[in-house]
Amino acid sequence: MLVFENIEVVQGSFRLAADMHIKPDQTTAILGPSGGGKSTLLTAVAGFVEHSGDIRWDGQSLKGVAPAERPISMLFQEHNLFPHLSVSQNVGLGVRADLKLSPADKAKVEAALSRVGLAGKGAAMPRALSGGQRQRVALARALLRQKPIWLLDEPFAALGPGLRLEMLELVEDMRAEQAATLLLVTHAPEDAKQIAAEVVFVVAGQAHAPEQIAAFFDQPSEALRAYLGK
Amino acid sequence: MGARVEPVSRLTKPLGIAALIVVAVLVLAPVGALLLRAEAGGVSAAVWPAIRFTLLQASLSALISVALAVPLAKALARRAFFGRGLMISLLGAPFLLPSIVAVLGLLAIWGRSGGVSDILALVGLGPLDIYGLNGVLLAHVFFNLPLATRMLLQGWQAVPSEHFRLAAQLDLAPRARFALFDIPVLRGAAPSALLVIFMLCMSSFAVVLALGGGPKASTIELAIYQALRFEFDLASAAQLAMVQLVFGLAAAALAFHFGKAAQFGGGLGAPFQNWDKRKGPKLLDGAVLVLAALFVALPLLAILAKGLVGLAALPSGLWGAFVVSFGVAMASTLLALGLSLALAQLIETSKRGGAIELFALLLLATSPFVIGTGLFIIINPFASPFALALPITALINAALALPIMLRILRPALSRVQQDYGRLAAGLGLSGWARFRLLTFPQIRPELGFATGLAAALSMGDLGVITLFAPPDVETLPLLMYRLMGSYQMEAAAGVALVLVASSFGLFYLFDKGGRGAGV
Repeated sequence: MLVFENIEVVQGSFRLAADMHIKPDQTTAILGPSGGGKSTLLTAVAGFVEHSGDIRWDGQSLKGVAPAERPISMLFQEHNLFPHLSVSQNVGLGVRADLKLSPADKAKVEAALSRVGLAGKGAAMPRALSGGQRQRVALARALLRQKPIWLLDEPFAALGPGLRLEMLELVEDMRAEQAATLLLVTHAPEDAKQIAAEVVFVVAGQAHAPEQIAAFFDQPSEALRAYLGK
Repeated sequence: MGARVEPVSRLTKPLGIAALIVVAVLVLAPVGALLLRAEAGGVSAAVWPAIRFTLLQASLSALISVALAVPLAKALARRAFFGRGLMISLLGAPFLLPSIVAVLGLLAIWGRSGGVSDILALVGLGPLDIYGLNGVLLAHVFFNLPLATRMLLQGWQAVPSEHFRLAAQLDLAPRARFALFDIPVLRGAAPSALLVIFMLCMSSFAVVLALGGGPKASTIELAIYQALRFEFDLASAAQLAMVQLVFGLAAAALAFHFGKAAQFGGGLGAPFQNWDKRKGPKLLDGAVLVLAALFVALPLLAILAKGLVGLAALPSGLWGAFVVSFGVAMASTLLALGLSLALAQLIETSKRGGAIELFALLLLATSPFVIGTGLFIIINPFASPFALALPITALINAALALPIMLRILRPALSRVQQDYGRLAAGLGLSGWARFRLLTFPQIRPELGFATGLAAALSMGDLGVITLFAPPDVETLPLLMYRLMGSYQMEAAAGVALVLVASSFGLFYLFDKGGRGAGV
């Protein structure tokens, strides 16, 4: 279980508060208007912003834990790959950060690439790939890192609707295989409906406790109705 | 978003602080030695003419360079023409050109027996005399007109193209355009251009050594040179160096006050679309561009032509001087590279990065001669400074290159941290692996460019080496100067060509090495 205990992030005049429990082994969508604090919530879990309160995973506090030591793989909207490294080198970073890979490690990289549908693309450079393929590479790396928490910050926002749904399905399948806990930031309600079990609504600097996806959309709150424009 | 900067490696801080200490010692120890040695009780009367001439030539050089740069930058900003890219590259050449070589080229065009004097003789005028103030100004404008032009051009190119479209739609009169675009651009870019050029000209030793002369055209640095080399008067040298330091710091303080310091290098984009179709301004811009191109290119061509002839008369000491110059350039470049990388990483990750950067840039204000004089005084009681000429020259050349390299590398490191810092931190990429897999491949173009500049500048430098070099030690620029001093102009021209080829060659190799792996 991922627990937010009286979290408060203050950045200038912006502040974000969260106090909630996220259930393990399922996808939780983080939904809300831009500027509301969705991404800030993820960066707090990843260890990139200072905050008061505490974030716990399985009872262990993450306070003072370096980003790389946290039980986390994170995917951003862009800059997930190093453009000067090949596809298999980018994935290989998920096995060993210094890229000193044994033949067995290399086989793992190749297998992960096959899993995301990029078999044989290992030697390509990122710039030779499409936007969707690049995010698949990052997913392959997340697969190898075998971290129990996946943080996805609108990684498919730049893709067309069909491709976006396809990627979401792939992510959900992979998540289920590893029994990972996935937090997906999105501003599209249909993304949430596609793969999420619960929704955290973040608006005006407040993260609301998770709600079942059906209940969330069937009995929309005032703020949600304003956001959805209905 | 106010992300916390992740420490890049456990070594970042110790290495950075070590570099900072080296820099501090390099600046403060010589200044301390000068303070102890300089005689109290005001500046001696004999120094005043040197101070007056230094300030006069530096002010005039700055004013003339910037005034001429205004029409040139404007013409470059608003005209698209064949060879525009070549012209902008040409404007980068004087920055890399060893000053003593430039003097030779300028003499070939503007000197008593140069091309312009020959033409003037046809109509019964001349010949020109470019020794003294005129010559110093001519050389300084040759070096700094291109620099000023590039700085102003960046100002004009920062104006959004929509503004020009709007002006075209409203059919604004030239006077209105001037008030709307030119005045704000000049107010932003001209003060820093003036101050940077003033600073560069205050400590431009080689030009004054070659073209100045006599008590009427002697700068503070030339006076230091005379005091140390010919009179061995350490007390006056120290006093003069203090005076130089004070003026340098004052100019630097003003430059920082007026914001952005010089931008060395960097790409300059396409001209903005010009909707003004009138003939008059177009002809005027064309004339400005042609004259400027001739002004910069003719001395370069003269160096090439005379140098090719001079290759037949190359002196015997050439190879030895080349090896010495090359060794000094490599040593100073490596040192500057190590120091600037360590410092740039520290600045990037430290909370007091701004203060550290400011301090390092102060090196720009302490001229090499100030540091050199201080080191001379420190070393003198223990060893002969003349025996240490080469290591000291390498050290001071490194100090000279450091601020330039820092200004190029720091934004590059910032960009890497901005774009990939979180990704690298999340993956646990740190220390040497981070440098090898992320930083180096990402900043490789800037690294190559900065290293090339440092190597070329050191290769062509004729500064502190003149303070220290015994007669049997020669670098290429020193060999050239000694040949010119004994009127062996043909041999000097041959050496000049070798020197230019080495400087530009080093820059080219490093810069190309940096671009080898396109990102």
